[in-house]
Amino acid sequence: MRFGVIVFPGSNCDHDAYHVVKHVLNCSVNFIWHKETNLDFYDCLIIPGGFSYGDYLRAGAIAKFSPIMKSVVEFANKGGLVFGICNGFQVLVESELLPGALITNNKVKFLSREVTLKVSSNSSPFTKELNIGDLLKMPIAHKQGNFQISDDGLKQLQDNNQIAFTYHQKEGGSPNGSVGDIAGIFNEKKNVLGMMPHPERAAEDMLASQDGLKIFQSLLSVA
Amino acid sequence: MKAKVYINYKDGILDPQGATVNHALTSMGYEGFDEIRIGKLIEIKFGNISKQKAEELTDKACRKMLANPNTESYRFDILED
Repeated sequence: MRFGVIVFPGSNCDHDAYHVVKHVLNCSVNFIWHKETNLDFYDCLIIPGGFSYGDYLRAGAIAKFSPIMKSVVEFANKGGLVFGICNGFQVLVESELLPGALITNNKVKFLSREVTLKVSSNSSPFTKELNIGDLLKMPIAHKQGNFQISDDGLKQLQDNNQIAFTYHQKEGGSPNGSVGDIAGIFNEKKNVLGMMPHPERAAEDMLASQDGLKIFQSLLSVA
Repeated sequence: MKAKVYINYKDGILDPQGATVNHALTSMGYEGFDEIRIGKLIEIKFGNISKQKAEELTDKACRKMLANPNTESYRFDILED
């Protein structure tokens, strides 16, 4: 399994993702600068967290027009695995690889804390090693993570089993106002995952949780 | 030639910034605000092009980048110097 971590100006979780893939999973991984366009070498692309282009206009809105994103869309359409974390999720939504939109948290605050996620679907390469209902602890760190989608769009996500993770009801559900407590979703074919929480920050025993590693390990079992 | 583009959340989308400002103004003792919604104003200056061309360009920019059709609506005025 060959991973690539896409780097935009303003990405700042790129090294965290790279580190987990290289030193925890022991897999091949390269950084890919956003001006590159050839993705033939890769099996899985990670679009990391951060503030691509300073979050100007809307989070992810400018990154959508980076040269690499056209190739990422083609890569995803051909079935390649694309994993967007935090700002990466925002980029995927703006690029229309995932439905809906991510707007400012309902309390207008940057939220940086641990949350508990509930696995809603394990019928994807990202979650196949997990069980529905499993609880995963990992941090969130965002101000624009309030997932919004039309009622029809939500029904479609539910009917197609595209909701990957929800914020756990026992902690009061969504910390940011997201519709249906949604923390992460797949595209229809389930080869694209976007999530606001940071699994790459919960993937080693020296950290508060290792639950995030399970998502990366699921990917490995695909190869 | 100039364009003024106004972008706002669509009706039904919660605008947390607007709600917070409304709450703050109300707590300062200013009463009578029903709802406050905060949007964006984007000003564009054009070179020597026709009004029709400026309209086309502005509309394209809004659809492609400036507004997110999932959550935002836009309108714009083209102003001649």
